[in-house]
Amino acid sequence: MSVRNSASQMAAALANKEISSVELTNQHYEQIQAVDKDVNAFLYLDKEGAIAQATEIDKKRSAGEKLAPLAGVPLALKDVLTQKGVPTTCGSKILQGWRPPYDSTVVSKLKSAGVIILGKTNMDEFAMGSSTENSAYGPTHNPWDLSRIPGGSGGGSSAALASFEAPLAIGTDTGGSIRQPAAVTGTVGVKPTYGGVSRYGLVAFSSSLDQAGPCARTVLDTALLHQVIAGFDPKDSTSINQAVPDVVAAAKKQDVKGMKIGIVKQLSGNGYQKGVENKFNEAVSELVKLGAEIVEVSCPNFEYALAAYYLIAPSECSSNLARFDSIRFGLRVGDDGTKGAEEVMNLTRQAGFGREVKRRIILGTYALSSGYYDAYYGSAQKVRTLIKQDFESAFEKCDVLVSPTAPTTAFKIGEKANDPLAMYLNDIATIPVNMAGIGGMSLPCGLAEEDNLPVGFQIMSPAMKDDRMYLVGGALEAALLSKWGKPILDFAPKLAGSK
Amino acid sequence: MSAISRDEVANLARLARIAMSDAELDHLAGEMDVILGAVARVQEVASKDVLATSHPLDVSNVVREDLVVASLSPTEALSGAPASEDQRFKVPQILGEE
Repeated sequence: MSVRNSASQMAAALANKEISSVELTNQHYEQIQAVDKDVNAFLYLDKEGAIAQATEIDKKRSAGEKLAPLAGVPLALKDVLTQKGVPTTCGSKILQGWRPPYDSTVVSKLKSAGVIILGKTNMDEFAMGSSTENSAYGPTHNPWDLSRIPGGSGGGSSAALASFEAPLAIGTDTGGSIRQPAAVTGTVGVKPTYGGVSRYGLVAFSSSLDQAGPCARTVLDTALLHQVIAGFDPKDSTSINQAVPDVVAAAKKQDVKGMKIGIVKQLSGNGYQKGVENKFNEAVSELVKLGAEIVEVSCPNFEYALAAYYLIAPSECSSNLARFDSIRFGLRVGDDGTKGAEEVMNLTRQAGFGREVKRRIILGTYALSSGYYDAYYGSAQKVRTLIKQDFESAFEKCDVLVSPTAPTTAFKIGEKANDPLAMYLNDIATIPVNMAGIGGMSLPCGLAEEDNLPVGFQIMSPAMKDDRMYLVGGALEAALLSKWGKPILDFAPKLAGSK
Repeated sequence: MSAISRDEVANLARLARIAMSDAELDHLAGEMDVILGAVARVQEVASKDVLATSHPLDVSNVVREDLVVASLSPTEALSGAPASEDQRFKVPQILGEE
């Protein structure tokens, strides 16, 4: 058993007692030790907690207890979800050293399923960004080329998967933060239907858009993890009280005969790298060979999605991040006995927040202020309605929609760091999904010919029809695997010291 | 003409309780102008007859039974506080001297 195996293979080896969870967990810590100085995917390693958890699982297995399918398999957790007693920073200085006194629902579910949490992964501060360069703890590097970004905001999670530091990871996706990192690292990531996975214990950025989801190196592994974390949670009032679609069965089915797959006209062309479009089109041809029917659909209001997103998300963030007030948790600066609470708050937020976070708080404060509310936030909410309507009419003509996940492959660290608008364009194809609250998956569909870097294929499904993404994703993945002869990550250059 | 002035940005920073240096304000005012210019295009399609969507789910007034359940102890609740005293959050002074 090697760290390069899939989570399903690891789970099978554990079940057959070919390896213990402690051994498997240690193998992953060795890999992290070997490569993470170059990748910087992890902000914190909870070795003691993970080994204790693994020991417990091994004991239960020896005793013949019935265990959940992923019991004993290690995972990397994005540092935006609380885990009791384990530092949770959200990539921000304002939360440095904070140890939450409770588990998020996602973490509770992982623990009950026996999934081993190796540590917390790097991210753009409060999940605001598309490159992980906005982390207060330094950027994460793309394992395909260490001078490039691993996507964002969940670049730590995607890089951990692509560098075989963990076979499973949790991400969160507000405008593409699971899917775009998956796309640029050659891994798989799913943003479930909004309300499909509990947000309890997910530090809020934009509450009406945020959604936690599963990340892995294969579609089946992603489905297995999806099954663990999804489901109704009374602690989240926006949690959907419905059965979770059988995503695991869908991932295994590999049959798209007769399915109608819609190509969104607006998510191509200007701004999309040639190699990205080529790989996307080749993947569409594979789906045709498998018997799917292709329909072209038009979603004219997607053109306004990016603008609406950069009003709605900052508006909600300006309100959500008000909780970082230097009183109840986190950093406090300047409290020397001579300053009042407001001044201490001002100084703490100046020192604790990075540039992008400040930019968005100010933008949101503006968009919500009286006199500008209707023109900005109000108009953005109307665009949201129009985008929902575009999806509704598109889904009348097809079962799923597809597009490239990101307009380009991974760019160089620093390349767009001083141009917020250029950075925002990375999310042009992923944002509409969040605006409508539907499901979205990214899986690798090849290497762009210009730069030999991975390209992501996005599949979008109607709300609570998440199984459709897995159905199409599983079939496409199998077809591409037989075409390539080996998994896409086997084409990546080997990192120094890597297994 | 710029969409937003440096003074307006300074006022927003004050409202958002973020102290900002002159250099930070200069930089941000320029960026805000560019960003607002780009996002203002939502107004092109936001006509009067389009309803607003604030949330993807059509839920309202989600309530639960009012039951006593396990919760954080005072020590746990205060565990992340920068300062505490007698089971309370300790805050800098909130009223002026005069």
